[in-house]
Amino acid sequence: MNKDNKFIPKASIGKDKDKNGQIDRKSFIGWLSIGWLAFAAATGGYFISMIRFLFPNVLFEPPQSFKIGEPSDFEKGKVDLRFKKQYNIWVVRNDEGMYALSTVCTHLGCTPNWLSTERKFKCPCHGSGFRISGINFEGPAPRPLERYKISLASDGQVIVDKNKSFKQEKGEWEREESFLKV
Amino acid sequence: MLGLIKDFIDFLTTPTISFTLLTVLTPILFPPTDWFDKLSRKLKVDKLWTNKGGFVGLLLITIFMVMGYTDPNFSKILMKPDNFPIVLLIYSMFFYIWWGMKQAYENDARLAEGKKPNEYHDPDDKVLVWPDLVYIEFIALLLFMVFLIVWSLLAAAPLEEPANPASTPNPSKAPWYFLGLQEMLVYFDPWIAGIVFPMFIIIGMMAIPYMDINTKGNGYYSFKERRAGYFIFMYGWLVLWVYLIIVGTFFRGPNWNFFGPFEFWDPHKVVALNNVNLSEYIWVIGLEKPLPSNILLREAVGFLVVFAYFAFIPLALSKTLLKSMYEKYGSIRYGTLMFFGLSMLALPIKMYLRWVFNLKYIVSIPEWFFNI
Ligand code: FES
Repeated sequence: MNKDNKFIPKASIGKDKDKNGQIDRKSFIGWLSIGWLAFAAATGGYFISMIRFLFPNVLFEPPQSFKIGEPSDFEKGKVDLRFKKQYNIWVVRNDEGMYALSTVCTHLGCTPNWLSTERKFKCPCHGSGFRISGINFEGPAPRPLERYKISLASDGQVIVDKNKSFKQEKGEWEREESFLKV
Repeated sequence: MLGLIKDFIDFLTTPTISFTLLTVLTPILFPPTDWFDKLSRKLKVDKLWTNKGGFVGLLLITIFMVMGYTDPNFSKILMKPDNFPIVLLIYSMFFYIWWGMKQAYENDARLAEGKKPNEYHDPDDKVLVWPDLVYIEFIALLLFMVFLIVWSLLAAAPLEEPANPASTPNPSKAPWYFLGLQEMLVYFDPWIAGIVFPMFIIIGMMAIPYMDINTKGNGYYSFKERRAGYFIFMYGWLVLWVYLIIVGTFFRGPNWNFFGPFEFWDPHKVVALNNVNLSEYIWVIGLEKPLPSNILLREAVGFLVVFAYFAFIPLALSKTLLKSMYEKYGSIRYGTLMFFGLSMLALPIKMYLRWVFNLKYIVSIPEWFFNI
């Protein structure tokens, strides 16, 4: 290839242009800054409105603290599935009392199923199994299901408060609020 | 008779057996050393990479599929529109590997005779990207579009009812291309199987060109000139990824239990899996003491095992078996290669530990969300 044949584009901005009175370097940089500023402002505005989007005006969430009925409504040795759909909890009553288990698998957050014949919670995602107490015993789940604060209201109803959860591996199931003696 | 064959296939697909079989088979199919090469030729496995062998392979797969589509249990799984890609995957995987290997074996024979590989062209006789290559790509693209459109017309998208946090489908499966990951999650903590390992896979693959200093086999098919790399990649890709996808699709049923392909998906199948952590094995079962309350002391052995695995094994190998390789590669390249290789191998090791010893985690610190 011949070197002299190379096509060299003429610079579009240069001294020869302001001779023609079109645009000089200074005003070009000025316009450029204005353009960039406008662009940054527009993007920033969009960004702010996007952030605003993360904080909705109304939140359709069930209350975190709710009454679930009287202790006598719950059978001993049974897992109560009635509150699973609305509140994501299982209520279990045994000979000593009651507790509320979270329905979130501690592995990756699927919802396990209660298998009444096998008497265990079994996760359909990777096969973790939990005993009725919430203790993990099979599959990959690294820790037991969490329990929620449970107490008795003055009208004799049981209150579950999901704002407070208790983790067995931290020894929190020993705390009084995690278990309701009845 | 047919029932017997089906029972036998169900038996073969139990995880312990199928994984062991595949692990033994891979070095025979893709022999990494002379010893395996001889074995492969003695068992006539290398005949698979010929026209006849390919035909027999396709025939066997098709017989399996026909058996599947006529079986009352397996057909339910095979007919699911979600699972059609896996049928395609089995065929295309086999075909392309066979095609590549066939050409590689032909070239190996040519090179052994001192001839040039089949793909050799006169370097002055160039083929242009435009239009020669781009046209072919364009035609392939059109054909693929036609295929996708026809497919979407024939089979409706398998949409399900709106999501409901209170009821998870049982079994709950990820999209097919993630089923390998989901299978890894059965054996590992979500952090490791969901984040660390996928990252390692991506970074490791990007690092291959820097770790592989073999200059041979450029621009033509050849197996013999890069057989060790071939073998390692095929084990990771075929067994630890593609086969895991197949397992996840066909062999995982309700409650994420294992089922043979011809087995009925019984939601009440009970498989006792009392999983135990290494720390519990050592303290409670071995020393008959309660678990120490100091977390680091409790998991000390686990940490030691992991450390030995990643530090001691590469070091020992660099002094003995892989000495020449270590010298050729240099310490950084050798170390990286070992690190990624051992991480890959950790998956089957952990699977076997789970199946054989019911081992849950080697290091288990649920208090810190840290489990290995
Ligand atoms: S999410 Fe429950 S086992 Fe993985």
